[in-house]
Amino acid sequence: MYQIPTPIRAAGACLILMAGFAQSVHANGPKALTGQELAFDNRKGNCLACHSMPSDAQAVTSTDIAPPLVSMKERFPERAKLYAQVWDATKAKADSLMPPFGKHRILSDDELNKVVDYVYGL
Amino acid sequence: MKKLIWFLSGLGCLVAAGGAQASPEDDRRSVVQAVQEKYPNIKVEDYVYGALAFSPDAKAQYDAVMTFPPYEAEIDKGARMWNTPFKSGKRYADCFPRAGKDVAGNYPMFDNAAKKVVTFEMAINRCRTDNGEAPYKHSDMNTMGLLTAYARTLSDGMKMNIKVEGKDALAAYEAGKRLFHQRRGQLNFSCAGCHINYVGSVLRTEYLSMAPGQATHWPAFRGGDYTLFTLQRRYAACHQMVRLVPLEIGGEEYNNLEYYHSYLSNGLPLKASVFRK
Ligand code: HEC
Ligand code: HEC
Repeated sequence: MYQIPTPIRAAGACLILMAGFAQSVHANGPKALTGQELAFDNRKGNCLACHSMPSDAQAVTSTDIAPPLVSMKERFPERAKLYAQVWDATKAKADSLMPPFGKHRILSDDELNKVVDYVYGL
Repeated sequence: MKKLIWFLSGLGCLVAAGGAQASPEDDRRSVVQAVQEKYPNIKVEDYVYGALAFSPDAKAQYDAVMTFPPYEAEIDKGARMWNTPFKSGKRYADCFPRAGKDVAGNYPMFDNAAKKVVTFEMAINRCRTDNGEAPYKHSDMNTMGLLTAYARTLSDGMKMNIKVEGKDALAAYEAGKRLFHQRRGQLNFSCAGCHINYVGSVLRTEYLSMAPGQATHWPAFRGGDYTLFTLQRRYAACHQMVRLVPLEIGGEEYNNLEYYHSYLSNGLPLKASVFRK
């Protein structure tokens, strides 16, 4: 009979990591992440959980939850509007699924600006 | 006025129209209807497959695993536990109607004397303590988890049949409903945000399953190493994913959540124990 390894493990080893928002440990200690890294990282922006970024070939995701982040300069002539959306999406749409990255301090102000700069270039 | 109320309720508008409280049955119907409208081609019976209902590939993989479940030896362990007599000489089968067959779909039920939701796990522990045995911890997958992995198979095919009767039962149901719908924590998510509002959408790589059907198929053996997850352990995993400190497995908040959440699966058939990614 097929022997399976001890099926019951510490609760930490959850599979939903793939989907997710779970924290994991950084192997090589804290180092300043770029805007792109912050946007991709599932412990930081995790924008790829909900947005595709068709103009960045490195942005791998299957999501279809939210509008693709593309042609941002055309769609957001004012950078401040883009910043405001990432800072607190619930302001524009009260039941938005998008986490309030600035308001809830998910990203620091410096990180948020880097993400916005990166996204603005898409 | 009476006519107006009748008319509005016929349209399912009462909730939107004012503060009037929806009955559990209204809640369940509107949640199911919303999925039906979004995915008219998915049969309601198939909601028990959750995320697999959106992906023929994943469903095929599931079907393959389910033909000869590699975790069958674990369920056998649960069967041995279930069949081993207590020191009293009695068995689990003596504590349940029909020796435990077709009972799991009645849980969680509301105990009006104790004014508490009683989960299947609590009923199992009650059986243990009535027979002079120590209760198991609900979060212990090596005891309670394995035992329910077998005990629930005795209810395979039974339709989920949760009842909410009386004021106290309704209060517990409403508490569970609030927990399901309330946005919480740093990421500001609610269960409903993902499993009601964005059913069938893909979160990075994962299809989001529909809430109705989610309570029917536990425990699940998950991932490459078939880790056993009871339903409440799954709640804790979703909480962890959205960076909330999980609540206590077997505690009142999760029990109330399970009561509301299971009600949404009413009428759908149980199946233990299944494979999930
Ligand atoms: C959990 C889902 C989720 C995550 C994570 C998420 N978003 Fe969003 N986002 C949405 C949704 C849904 C919308 C659509 C509008 C709404 O519902 O608020 C949206 C809208 C937007 C918009 C407006 C787009 C438009 O075309 O109007 C921008 C810009 C945006 N998000 C940027 C980001 C950035 C940058 C990140 C990461 C730091 C991010 N989002 C993370 C769900 C998400
Ligand atoms: C940010 C999105 C998100 C939130 C919020 C969330 N979940 Fe989930 N949940 C998922 C994903 C992704 C999965 C795995 C794919 C699937 O089965 O839906 C999942 C799976 C599940 C499953 C297993 C379904 C199955 O058939 O195996 C249950 C049950 C569940 N969630 C309940 C909850 C409950 C209860 C809450 C709130 C406490 C919650 N979820 C909050 C994303 C979420």
